[in-house]
Order: sequence, then C-alpha cells, then structure tokens
Amino acid sequence: MNSVWVTTFAIAVAAGTTLVFAAVGEVVAERAGVLNLGLEGMMLVGAVTGFMALDRTGSLELGVLAALAAGALLGLLHAFLTVSLHADQIVAGLALTIFGTGLSAYLGRDVVGKPARDSFDPLAIPLLHDIPWVGPVLFDQNLLVYTSYVLVAVVWVALFRTRLGLHLRAVGESAGTADAMGVSVVGLRYGAVIVGGSLAGLAGAYLSLARTPGWSEGMTAGRGWIAVGLVIFARWNPIGALAGGFLFGLMEALNFQAQAVGITLSPFFLGMLPYLFTIAAIVFAALVGSRRLGAPAALGLPYRREER
Amino acid sequence: MRRFGPVVVEQRRVASGWTSAFVRVLAIALALGLGALILEAGGYSARESYRTMWDAAFANRDALAETLVAATPLIFTGLAVAVAARMLLWNIGAEGQLFLGAAAASWLAFSFPDAPRSVLLPAMVVAGAIGGAMWAAGPGLLRATLGVSEIVTTLMLNFVAILFVDYLVHGPWRDPESSGFPLSKPFSHSAILPSFGDTRLHAGFLIALGAAVVVWALLRSTRFGYEVRVIGESQPAARYAGMPLRRNIVLVLLVSGSLAGIAGMSEVSGIVFRIQPDISAGFGYTGIIVATLGRFSAPGVVVAAILFGALQVGGFALQTTEVPPSIVQVLQGAILFITVGAEVLARYRVRWSPRRERAPVAEETP
Repeated sequence: MNSVWVTTFAIAVAAGTTLVFAAVGEVVAERAGVLNLGLEGMMLVGAVTGFMALDRTGSLELGVLAALAAGALLGLLHAFLTVSLHADQIVAGLALTIFGTGLSAYLGRDVVGKPARDSFDPLAIPLLHDIPWVGPVLFDQNLLVYTSYVLVAVVWVALFRTRLGLHLRAVGESAGTADAMGVSVVGLRYGAVIVGGSLAGLAGAYLSLARTPGWSEGMTAGRGWIAVGLVIFARWNPIGALAGGFLFGLMEALNFQAQAVGITLSPFFLGMLPYLFTIAAIVFAALVGSRRLGAPAALGLPYRREER
Repeated sequence: MRRFGPVVVEQRRVASGWTSAFVRVLAIALALGLGALILEAGGYSARESYRTMWDAAFANRDALAETLVAATPLIFTGLAVAVAARMLLWNIGAEGQLFLGAAAASWLAFSFPDAPRSVLLPAMVVAGAIGGAMWAAGPGLLRATLGVSEIVTTLMLNFVAILFVDYLVHGPWRDPESSGFPLSKPFSHSAILPSFGDTRLHAGFLIALGAAVVVWALLRSTRFGYEVRVIGESQPAARYAGMPLRRNIVLVLLVSGSLAGIAGMSEVSGIVFRIQPDISAGFGYTGIIVATLGRFSAPGVVVAAILFGALQVGGFALQTTEVPPSIVQVLQGAILFITVGAEVLARYRVRWSPRRERAPVAEETP
C-alpha cells in the first residue's frame, strides 16, 4: 500500500467521523423506538452554534459544548412532539430538518465565510501512530476523531452490557412490556432522543470546527440524511455505524483524491458516490435476510399507555 | 377518555375538517409570532419586516402575480408529496424529480428548437412528467419489491439529480457564450411558455391548477384513487379486499414523480428560459410543508402553495433590507412543526358532561 492510499484512507476516516457521530446518536434514539429524521437540521444548527461560540469566545471546547447543547434542545423538541404529543415521527423529523436549515442560516448570517479563530488539528498519538499503515490512518487525526472511537465503545457497552441499555432496548422493542416491567418509557425515550440530538449537534460541530473550519449555509450537504441511511446499513449497532461511517468517508475521500489515485471520472459523478452508495447499502441490507432484521420492533410507533 | 370533574376530554381518531383548518390558521399565527420574537431578538423590527413582506406579496397586481409565480412550482411539488402521502408513502425526492423533469424538458427544447410552439410545449410537459416519473420509479420499485424505505432513497436521489444537472450545464449543455457561468444556452421562442401581460406570471400556473383538478378527480372518482385512499386508511383492509398493494405503490410514486417533473418543466420554460443549477429554491422540500398544511388534499395544497408563494416573495423583498431572508425558512419550518404538534391536540374534544348523565364509557373503550 503506497502513501497515496494511506492519505486517502486517512481522509476517509476524517470525512467519515461526522457520520459516525450522527449515526451513533441515531442508533441510540432508534433503539428506544424513536425515528429522528431531523438529523440534517440538528447537524446544521450544531455546526453554526459551535462555530459562533468559537468565534465569540475563541474556545474550541465551548464551541463543542454549544453544539451539544443546541442539538440537545432540538432533540428535546423532537421528543416533546413525538413522545408527549404522539406526533408522526416522520413529519416531525422533516419539520425539524426544515426548521433547522432555516434557523442555522438565520443564526449564522454574520459569520458566513469568516475565518475560524482556531480549529481541532491533527494530534498524532505517540507509539500507536508508528504502527505501519494503521497508525497514520487511525492515529494521526484530531481530538474529536479519537472521541468518536471512545464514544462508539461507550455506547456499545451501554446499549448491550448494562441494565440501562437493556431497558432502553426493551422500550424500543415493546414499549408496553417495558412499561409493565416498571421501566419509564417516556423518560428513556426523551433521554435517548436528547442524546441523539446532542450527538447530531456534535457531528455538525465536527464539520465547522475540525473538518472544514468555518460556516457556510447548508454545509452538511445531506450528510444527516446519509447518517439516517447508515443506521439501517449498520443494523442499529454503533460498531456498524463506525465501520459504515468510514466506508462512506472513503467515497468522499475518493472524490477528493481522484487525481492522486488515478480516477478520471467527472467530479460530478464522483460526487454522486456517497448518495448512490447509501441506496446500495440499504438495498443490500434489505436483500440480506429480512428487511426488518435488527430493527427495533416498536420503531416509529408512539406509545400511549391508555391504549395498551 | 378522561374526566376532569364535569369536563370530559375524548380522543377522536381524526381531527374534524374545521378543527384542522383552525389549527392551521393558529399554527401560522403562532409561527409568525415566534418569527417576530426571533426577529426582535436579532435587533430587527418585526412589524416592518412583516409589512415589507406583505407589500411585496399582496400590495398590487404585480405583487400578486409574483406570489402566483412563486406558488406555481409549490402547487406541483405539494401535489406530488400529497398524492404519495395519501398512501402513507413519503416522497422526499420531489426536488430531484423536479431537476430531472427540467432536464428532460430542456433536452426536447434543445433538440427541436424550430418545432411549432403548439407541439413543442405540450411535448415538453410530457417529457418533464416522464423525467420526474423515471426518477421516482426506482424508489417505488425498491419499496414495492424489497420494502426499502422510500424516504431515504428518494432523498438520496435528490443529490444525484442536482449533480447530474450540474454536470450537464458544466459540460455538454454549457453555453459557450456564458463566459464561465454554468448555464445552458437559452431556449428558442417556441420552447417558452406564454405569460400574462407584462407580468412574469406564465401558463405554468394554469397547468398547475389543471394538475390540481386532475389529482382531485383522480383521488375522488377513479378506481386507482379509491384504492390509494383505502390503502392509506388501512393496509389490512386493502389486502383483504384484494387490492394490488405493490402495483399501487409503484403507480402512486410514478404519478407523484411526474407532478414534480412538470414543476421542473414549468420553471425552465416559464421563468429561466434555459437550464441552470439554481432553478429550484428548495421547492421539493417546501412541497412537503405545503402538502402537510394542505391536509394532503388538492384544494388544500393550492391554498397552502399560494400562502407559501407569498412567504417566498416576501423573503425576496427582505433582501433589499437588512433583515436576513432566511427568516422565511425559519417561519416555514415553524409553521410545519407547530401544525404537527397542534394537529395532535386537535384530536381531543373537550365536552361538558356532568357525571350523572353517564356518558357511554363502556361502549367507547375497546
């Protein structure tokens, strides 16, 4: 493997991380039974609030916190609409995306194209970074990328090895049963959607603070939607989301590195790859076994105790 | 059903027509209120901003014409979303279907520039419809055969369609005289829709109204429309009645896609007279709001589209002021989610019923 491919794979990881954050958050929300199609809007709001906080304070940490908080607030709104008011999850999510797109453009009107005061830059991890091939690809990245590795592990353990995770999955599989067990359906769904929202906010901040420091309207370019597709591809598993995120990142990296790796296809067609790949991935997921395999059984269904 | 003293709160399965209409008016008012708060918080005068928007959209004949111009693509995309939603399918891909329809219509316009107008224009409408339908066919087939979510596939294809049109206007269709801008060469006279007087209002608006009538009749008085409505109400009932579910999924998405495709034809032939990357200001996405606000009915879509056309024109007018036009998108999103939230509340009916009357509790609870 020559250095061009090492660079390409390193870009794939860097490009895929935003998808990993968003998709892991969506895995949490969907495992609790709530579909959130508002990811794209939440990411945009996260990106703009993160960048604005950095611009005001000069602090990257505050930028990340602002993005997490903004995403959490939108998550709260989605939870209120879908869990408390039992609104259709699809329509509520679409509304959130449209609202978030507008809100982010409105909020960011004065910082469009403004140079970033600071950004998360690559930080090689000693020793690990020296592993041939793997080192430069995985361990010569910025702090947020390393955070995503830890996050995936933490969420996996939380979902599949703790009581809380068991309860959360129970709520997503059969809310009525979980309720009868004494598990708080409303509480866990609120929690899961808010966590999912804050991770979507972080995914946006990753773009505006690390990947391409700065703010431009609609800078997520559909990545929130790709993340929604990725969750299906990942079979509702955070580790799958990590692998899928990198795979999708590779599509973006190939566009970036087309000349270097010797691809002569028009950039417009190369640009289509991540989107076509998303379709291919969910078709593949549908072809292999049952299409609902791995999907939480109560996904998309509102829970009304009085109708149990 | 819940009782609070003599007050009974009951739930209905569907909100009544009047309640729904009221909820929508209320949602718009609340969204405008929220928008005013956001504007004032940003240091702008909400009253003046709304006045500017109102004047631009309704003050005189030209303003009204502009509102209808902006409403035209929204009627098409709103109908496209509404038709599919009647069968509980979400076509989030009207944006891409619009671009494909525009490309197909443009291809005809470039191939037969000298054809008579009376032949070329109808042919372009058909080409637009076919282009849009083709773009929706894939998601329809995938949903019908494999159960792949049409939400994700239609949405992903939007980006592909826009990149495809980008490719066309940067490459094979690029106007050599455009001095670096990605535009096609202009259409010939016979590929341009006639307009009314000296306004920009063009025949596309009439085609849109015609499409609304067709959709209304299709849903109301044809077998296909009947099946779509039954499937939307209850899939088990439709299956029990032997209705072809898979075929109807594909058909309804073809109809939906062709409506969005005609929107593209109407924009290139009625407004820009060539094809270029910015033929749509997110009309496909706004169509989702328009359809929801219009309760997925053809007349409702027309009313909602005109309202949103006015919002769009008002937004353009804000560009001449200091107020950021993106406030319009905020308003649109807010209208949608307030409607969504309030619609649910509208399903509850509050009734005065003292206890001894014994409301038929036993019969109502399943």
